[in-house]
Amino acid sequence: MAKFIRIDMGTRTAEIGACPEKYAGLAGRGLTSMFIADEVKPTCHPLGKYNKLVFAPGFLTGTSAVNSGRISCGAKSPLTGGIKESNSGGSFSQKMARLDIKALVFEGLPADGKYAVVKVDKDGVTFDEAPAEIVGAGNYDAIKVLQDKYGPKVGVALIGPAGEMKLSAANISFADPEGNIRSAGRGGLGAVMGSKGIKAVIIDDAGASAVPIARPEEFKSAAKRFANALTTHPVTGQGLPKYGTNVLVNILNEAGGLPTENFRRGRNEWANNIGGETMAATIEERGGKTTHGCHAGCVIRCSQHYVDKQGKYITSGFEYETIWALGADAAIDDLDAIAYADREYDEVGIDSIETSVAVAVAMDAGVIPWGDAKAALDLIRQIRQGTPLGRILGCGAAAVGQMYGLTRVPVVKNQAIPAYDPRAVKGVGLTYATTPMGADHTAGYAVATNILRVGGFVDPLGKEGQVELSRNLQIATAAVDSTGMCLFIAFAILDIPDGFNALVDMINARYDLSLTGDDVTALGKTILKAELDFNRRAGFTSAHDRLPEFFEEPCPPHNTVWDFTDEEIDSVLAF
Amino acid sequence: MIITVKCYATLQRFQPGGGEEFSLPGGGTVHDVVLALGIAPEEVAVIFVNGLHAPMDKALAEGDRLGLFPAVGGG
Repeated sequence: MAKFIRIDMGTRTAEIGACPEKYAGLAGRGLTSMFIADEVKPTCHPLGKYNKLVFAPGFLTGTSAVNSGRISCGAKSPLTGGIKESNSGGSFSQKMARLDIKALVFEGLPADGKYAVVKVDKDGVTFDEAPAEIVGAGNYDAIKVLQDKYGPKVGVALIGPAGEMKLSAANISFADPEGNIRSAGRGGLGAVMGSKGIKAVIIDDAGASAVPIARPEEFKSAAKRFANALTTHPVTGQGLPKYGTNVLVNILNEAGGLPTENFRRGRNEWANNIGGETMAATIEERGGKTTHGCHAGCVIRCSQHYVDKQGKYITSGFEYETIWALGADAAIDDLDAIAYADREYDEVGIDSIETSVAVAVAMDAGVIPWGDAKAALDLIRQIRQGTPLGRILGCGAAAVGQMYGLTRVPVVKNQAIPAYDPRAVKGVGLTYATTPMGADHTAGYAVATNILRVGGFVDPLGKEGQVELSRNLQIATAAVDSTGMCLFIAFAILDIPDGFNALVDMINARYDLSLTGDDVTALGKTILKAELDFNRRAGFTSAHDRLPEFFEEPCPPHNTVWDFTDEEIDSVLAF
Repeated sequence: MIITVKCYATLQRFQPGGGEEFSLPGGGTVHDVVLALGIAPEEVAVIFVNGLHAPMDKALAEGDRLGLFPAVGGG
């Protein structure tokens, strides 16, 4: 019987129960969002006693299905004030699944203001004081201390200094199989974890048995077909492993959709210096690792070890959005400097997208000069120092914009707009405007269809077809985020129908079900509706589904503007 | 006719050694350029001419900026 574990951080007690019937058929984002919608008071303070933090593995996590090791984290977001699901790689989720834990729920506030390490294993839940040397420390050292103490193979979820300071952009970091860092980056869930006095959660699956499969032969054959789709599609089989997500810099630059200097234009002259091709060549030349997976069983392996000139590790999971934000939006034409910034984000435990966009806004405000790598690093390091300016930066792009009186602040629902100019990639603009998550490219990645010509083609500069595209992608994504699958599987299954069928077949074989593709769509709709309803009860209206007015300015080189009517925007999620 | 050509990702190896300037005497289409560079047309998944998506048979004009990509993705 799947377990549902509630942990009260006020009393430091845990209640291990059977999974309630209403959550039995849910997992991943579906579970976290339905749970938050059910149990969290929508008007609560995100750092207060009524908020809850929930972790859930996906439907297929812990099985032999490739790329199924993602973990969903949910809560009311301190950044957006709305519902949040943020997911991550790392080892934690697979260990949860093997322990047959459907969800870990953290409730209450600590009585003494001290930080605890919560340990979960086959015998239950225990609470330790956080070792003094990890409080205020960087996440890399903290993971080492925790894995020395609890075992080299345990899964670790932790907050860094940003989460301890309860900054609105603080993330939750997860140890990957090598003890490096992956993050549930967006929306400030690290601040929620910090508010509950949780420095780290340790998960030890020693003694756990394999995840049960109801129809093993059928599962095996579907898993093979699914893996085949991922390895044969050129994006997941070749492009991502070779260049990482940063392969997107040059294609967005060519398309005129690479926001440069705080969204003033969509193309720049130095893009190739920071792009995936240059990055892969640099890593190879220095003896780093161009490809590795963020969790066991990943066959896409889009991550890498970016190393310095001496071949020493700087960072991994060095993503397009981070590199875009510092390299183009903040005009820092220096991949090494961006890598050191990415390392500091991981150390301090803060969203690398939000904070990098905030750096660009700070440059626009004249706090530091455009493109000044050293000044940017100094500014980012102020987060760990807890200076007033560091804390403002750590509360995101909107906070910086407000403090300095700017109107050119690229956020929706207070969350920074990533990496794709909505005037030149209009489909994703609709996703930014309408997703209940706040501006989030992953919520309905219309870039695939607008720019990459994956899953069909819709002209990025026109309005036609974009409403339906964003809607359908948002529905599909809510479902995929429930499977435990990496979202990048979508590149393959959008083009290879048997890949999608195999995904559904695996879920059916795992749980002895007979779902169809329509059921998957229905699940996605149910999740989105619950999320939208939570936000409505939290005070959100369609007035919050709007892009900042500076997007009325033409965006060179195409000089297109954001021109959807309110009615068109409001029709995206009217289903 | 002189155009600018940029080959990215796995097509980078076909980038002319002399730089981005490409001479196409008498004009031609994207397809002509692709063949002249020695690229198998089926390797090209996304084509931009002056930042706009273009088909393989798009006729090129003096000064055009041509970007050639294999299938790529990320996010």
